[in-house]
Amino acid sequence: MRAMLGGVTATATLPRDAPAASPEAPLLSVRGLTLHIPVPPHTLRAVDGISFDLRRGETLGLVGESGSGKTLTAMAVMRLLEPPLSDLPRGKVLLEGRDLMRLSETEMSTLRGRALSMIFQEPMTSLNPVMTVGRQIAEPVVRHLGLSARQAAARAEEMLRLVGIPDPPRVARAYPHLLSGGMRQRAMIAIALACRPSLLIADEPTTALDVTVQAQILDLLAGLQREMGSAVLLITHDLAVIAETAHRVAVMYAGRIVEEAPVGSLFAAPRHPYTRGLLASIPLIARERPETLPEIPGMVPGPGDRPAGCAFAPRCGRALPRCAQDVPPFAPLAPGHHAACWNPCDG
Amino acid sequence: MSAAVSAPEGQLARVWQRFRRHRLALAGAFVVALLMASALFASVFAPQDPTLLDTSLRFVPPFTDWRYPLGTDELGRDTLSRLLHGGQVSLTVGLVAMVTTVLTGALIGIAAGYLGGIADTLLMRFVDTMLCFPQVFLLLVVAAFVPPTLLSISLVIGLTSWMEVSRIVRAEILHLKEQDFVAAARALGASRTRIMVRELLPNAAAPILVAATLKVASAVLMESYISYLGYGVQPPLASWGNMLTNAQGYFDTVPWLAILPGAAITLTVMGFNFLGDGLRDALDPRLRMDP
Repeated sequence: MRAMLGGVTATATLPRDAPAASPEAPLLSVRGLTLHIPVPPHTLRAVDGISFDLRRGETLGLVGESGSGKTLTAMAVMRLLEPPLSDLPRGKVLLEGRDLMRLSETEMSTLRGRALSMIFQEPMTSLNPVMTVGRQIAEPVVRHLGLSARQAAARAEEMLRLVGIPDPPRVARAYPHLLSGGMRQRAMIAIALACRPSLLIADEPTTALDVTVQAQILDLLAGLQREMGSAVLLITHDLAVIAETAHRVAVMYAGRIVEEAPVGSLFAAPRHPYTRGLLASIPLIARERPETLPEIPGMVPGPGDRPAGCAFAPRCGRALPRCAQDVPPFAPLAPGHHAACWNPCDG
Repeated sequence: MSAAVSAPEGQLARVWQRFRRHRLALAGAFVVALLMASALFASVFAPQDPTLLDTSLRFVPPFTDWRYPLGTDELGRDTLSRLLHGGQVSLTVGLVAMVTTVLTGALIGIAAGYLGGIADTLLMRFVDTMLCFPQVFLLLVVAAFVPPTLLSISLVIGLTSWMEVSRIVRAEILHLKEQDFVAAARALGASRTRIMVRELLPNAAAPILVAATLKVASAVLMESYISYLGYGVQPPLASWGNMLTNAQGYFDTVPWLAILPGAAITLTVMGFNFLGDGLRDALDPRLRMDP
C-alpha cells in the first residue's frame, strides 16, 4: 500500500457533516451485484453478491486492495464492461428506482454522462489527445441537454472555471497534452460533471497524482458535490483519501463487502479483522519509528483456493472453526455499522 | 499555471518542425506541388493542342524546335502538351483512386477493429481473399468488363487496393480502443458510431494520411500499367501510360518518346513516396504523445 498521510486517525475521528438521514429512497441501491468470471477450470468470483445504498449528496468510499473487485463493481454499475464480461453481471442496480441492469445499451447511453458519470484513474490517458478540452466538455452537453454549440462552449468554460482552472477560454482551446496531470484531472471532473449527474463514480481519482495535487482534487470534488448535491461513489485503495472525503465506507475483500460503517466509526472502531489489519498497516509519522510495519499475513486467495466460508479466514488471527465452513452474514453490530464476521473485534 | 498552457497550434508546429528536417520529404513535397500545379494549369502551360496531328512534323527531337520544346511523337503531336495533359489524367486517377482506397479501407478497418468478434473475422478473411489475387489481374479482369472512363478506371483501381489500408487502420484501432479515453467517452454516453467517428478515426489520422500519399503513387503506377496494356485511358486522350504504349514501337530509334513519360511517372511516384515517408516520421504517434 502507498505511503499514507500522517495523522489519518486524527482527521478520521472528526465528525463529518453527513447529510441528514432522509426518509426518501436512496439514489443508488445496489442489490446482490455479482460478477462471476469463468476462468477454466475455476470460476473467479470477482464480485460476489454485494449490496449497498447511496443517498443524494453522500459520498460512499469503496476501499479494498487491488483485485478486491472495486473497479469491476464500478464498471458493472456503469454497464461499461466490454465483451466477454458484458453479459456476466447479475443482481440489481437501482438508480432512482430504475434497474440499470435491465436497460438496453441505447437507453443506458442516454443515462451515462447525464444521470451517472465516471472519472477514471489515469488523467494522462483519459482525455482524447486530438480533441480540444473545450470540445470534450461540450460534446456530452450538446448530446444530453440539447444545448447549441455556442451555449455548450459557454458551459465548457463555466465548468473549467468551476473546477479551478485558470484562464478557462484559453484552456478550452488547448489540447490535453498541454496540461499537467492535475489540470487534466480537473478537466476530467469538468467533463464528468458538465451535465450535473446525480451520481458520480470516481475510480481512484487521485492515485496518479502527487500528494499535494491529490488534496486539491479531493477538496474540489467535495466542494462540487456540496454545490451540486451529487452522490459520489469513491473507489480507492487509499484509506487516507477515504478519511478525508467519504461519509461512509464499505471495505471490500475478495469480491465481498466485509464491513460498512460511517467513516468516523470505522476508523475509530473497526469490527472486521481485515479492516483492523488494514488500518494497522498504515504507517504513521511518529517520533519513534517502529521496527516493522504490521502487515496482514498471507495473500488474497486465488480463484482456485477460495475457502467455502469467509474468504479472509486463512489469513485471520481470530478465525474460528466455522469461519472456513460458513459464509458469515452481513450483520448490524452498531447503528449503521455492519460487518460480515463470525468473531468480530470489540467495538 | 497558465504558463503551462501554450498555444493550441503547438501540435501542428511540431509536426512541421520534424517534417522540415527531412530533406527528401521536402523535395518530395516540392515535386508534388509542382506536378499538381502543372496538371491544374495544363491548358495554360501547354504550347499546343495535345491531340492536334501534324504528320509533316513527326519525330521532332526535343530542344530543336521552340514550338515543340520536348519534340513530337509518331503522329506529330507535341510531347510536352501531351505530358502536361497526361499528368492531369494520371493525377486525377491517382487522387480519386486514393480517396476511394482510403474511404473503403478506413471504413472496413475501423468496423473490423472496433466491433471485433465475428464482424472482424468476416471482414479480415474477405481482405485476405482479396489479397490472394495480384492486383494487376484483378484490375484487368474488371477493366475487361467495365467501359474505361476516367472515373471507372479510378474507382476500379481504388476498389482493388484498399486492403492494406484496412489492415493498417484495423491494427491502429485495436490499439486505440483499449485506451482510457475510449472508455471515458463511453462513460459519457457516446454511442458506438460516435466513438468510431469522433474518438477513434481522428486518432488514427496519421497512419491513414501516410497510407493515402503512398496510395496516390501506387495508383498512378497502376493507371500506367493498365493503360500500357491497353485497358486504361483510351486514345486520343493522353495519359503517361498510353504514351509509353505508343512509344514502345519506336524505342530503338526515338527513345525520348518512352523516356519522357517514364521520367514523369518515376518523378511522381518518388515525390509521393518521399512525401509519405516524411509525413510518417513527422506524425509518428510515439512522438505525438510526448508531453
